[in-house]
Amino acid sequence: MSRQPFTPDQYRELVSKLTPPSRMLRGYWRAFWVGGLICAVGQALTLWAEKLNLGEVTAPMFTTSVLVFAGTTLTGLGVYDRIGKYAGAGSAIPVTGFANSVAAPAIEFQREGAIMGVGARLFTLAGPVLAYGIASSVAVGILYWLARGWVL
Amino acid sequence: MDTVWLFVKAFVVGGLICDAGQFLIMNTKLTNARILVLFVTGGALLTGIGLYKPLVDFAGAGATVPLTGFGYSLAMGAIEAVNRYGFWGAFSGGVTRTAAGVTAAIVFGLLNALIFKPHAKP
Repeated sequence: MSRQPFTPDQYRELVSKLTPPSRMLRGYWRAFWVGGLICAVGQALTLWAEKLNLGEVTAPMFTTSVLVFAGTTLTGLGVYDRIGKYAGAGSAIPVTGFANSVAAPAIEFQREGAIMGVGARLFTLAGPVLAYGIASSVAVGILYWLARGWVL
Repeated sequence: MDTVWLFVKAFVVGGLICDAGQFLIMNTKLTNARILVLFVTGGALLTGIGLYKPLVDFAGAGATVPLTGFGYSLAMGAIEAVNRYGFWGAFSGGVTRTAAGVTAAIVFGLLNALIFKPHAKP
């Protein structure tokens, strides 16, 4: 029998010792390049909006709406969930992930009806995001108003 | 060359913001919903203290496309509306500025539910 540097048990121990960091790095790498790529697409849309002479106000609307459309459509086609499985936060954090969080439950809960199924489940994740996002924008606005009053 | 640099900045900054989310997923027990809420409110608060705007000026879509950028738009809208309308601007500015994105998500989400049937989870 040939010389074995490791017993199977030792080998398994070594594998489990070495696996976590590389899996961790893989997770970061995937989130980084997918998230970065989505943002680069957003940058391309922004440049396109400039070329179309959309104003400062409408250009971000254009960029966001196109990304949201892409996010919901890829969700409907069942592609975005696969991307999500691969990329983790890389697909959840960009605005396409927000679109996915709206579209996915709307599709999944169709059988519960148009009102309490689709209509309500649409906001499963978007609800908390909008509630706390809007509330914090009001807080920032009021604090800014107060600070401005003190300075002037 | 300038255009390439724009894309590099957007790619790297956007990727790093996503990695911050990935860090939370892998090292905490926070649910996805909590992480998304954290990113939006965090973006709004960073905007309020003036730290996020420079990042947007530097990285463009790299800072506006992640959900922290949604928080930035909400807070920026509130601040600009306060400048224009006074106190009540705080109540209208955020939603006004983000109206297109939110409406797009709702309308396309609804259309999706009409067009597509549920998929088996991958």
